[in-house]
Amino acid sequence: MIETEEKFSAKKFWRELAKGIVLTNPVFVLVLGLCPTLAVTTSVNNALGMGAGVIFVLLGSNIIISLIRKITPNMVRIPVFIVVIAAFVTILSLLFEAYLPPLYESLGIYLPLIVVNCIILGRAEVFASKNPVLLSMADGIGVGLGFTVSLIIISFLREVLGTGSLVIFGKKLFAIPVLSQSPLSIFIMPPGAFIVIALLMALFRLLGVLKNE
Amino acid sequence: MNSLLTIFLGMVLINNFILSKFLGLCPFFGVSKKLSNAISMGTAVTLVMVIASIATSVIYNYILVPYKVEFMNIIIYILVIAALVQIVEIVIKRTNITLYNALGIYLPLITTNCAVLGVTLINAQNNYTLVQSIISALGGGLGFTLILIIMSAIREKNELADTPKSMRGLPIAFIIASLLSLAFMGFNGLL
Repeated sequence: MIETEEKFSAKKFWRELAKGIVLTNPVFVLVLGLCPTLAVTTSVNNALGMGAGVIFVLLGSNIIISLIRKITPNMVRIPVFIVVIAAFVTILSLLFEAYLPPLYESLGIYLPLIVVNCIILGRAEVFASKNPVLLSMADGIGVGLGFTVSLIIISFLREVLGTGSLVIFGKKLFAIPVLSQSPLSIFIMPPGAFIVIALLMALFRLLGVLKNE
Repeated sequence: MNSLLTIFLGMVLINNFILSKFLGLCPFFGVSKKLSNAISMGTAVTLVMVIASIATSVIYNYILVPYKVEFMNIIIYILVIAALVQIVEIVIKRTNITLYNALGIYLPLITTNCAVLGVTLINAQNNYTLVQSIISALGGGLGFTLILIIMSAIREKNELADTPKSMRGLPIAFIIASLLSLAFMGFNGLL
């Protein structure tokens, strides 16, 4: 009996995880959390840092909110969620400042702004406040990974087109000969961010339309 | 060079919240379909930004810095902003019912608008004084309103255009934003 129940929940765990990454991808499908998506995707390095930060906060806040879901009065639930999220963002910001100062510098105000990322409050309200801890963890990791994957796709395109090379953790992975001498630097500037996300969104829709037909 | 005019122009034109800092994008794409909504939203955001900047600047300079607890600013700012939005909503409802109806659902949405928290964090980061904070919030809010109005006017016209199927709605709005951002980059050499 116990064994079947465990199997069942493990299956559910993976389903929630996959749902967050593909079907309800927060950036391209739900169009949530746009501000950091556009601001920090100038390099893959920043995108990885931001993605890791969001997964940390999302996982932490989902666990805590799920644990206290039965003792939180309905009337004050939103302020409670916000304080929990803000506490995790403060922890994250102190950790980054202590151990990853260059990343902390380049993320700038977008690190504390994770607090108002609609994805995190959205998951707290829609999922973690109504589901048990393990499922909420899966949901947190899944949605966080979906967000990170989107950030990596956008930042990869922007960094490669905008600088002609790809640098991760200070190591140069590759450089495209002609492009790196005269890069299309518009792509690492603000207009490039808007163009890249517009084209990616249109592409996702085109694929959806093709699949339906 | 850190004069008030520099801060103001910098916030309105050069470091525009939407086009170069990407703050407040959710309401930007949600509300910029109609000109009248854009004006209401812009007014509400500017108002809350200025009030929030005054409150957080006082708290930062006179409470957080003297007691050396600057790292608590995220939690405190978000609570102050949430409380302020509630108070502003109640005050407007009691004093000016026409304005209240015009602002409608936009007021409560502002709590999670990253532009408001963004401006208070920028003020703290640059160690702005109270007056400098007010000017920077005013500039940020007006810059936000300006782009919202320009964008909504363009999108009203764009409704009539024959856009390719997969570009309709948000993707074309992003393309318009990109072109606007490109145009505003021309202001970079202004200061």
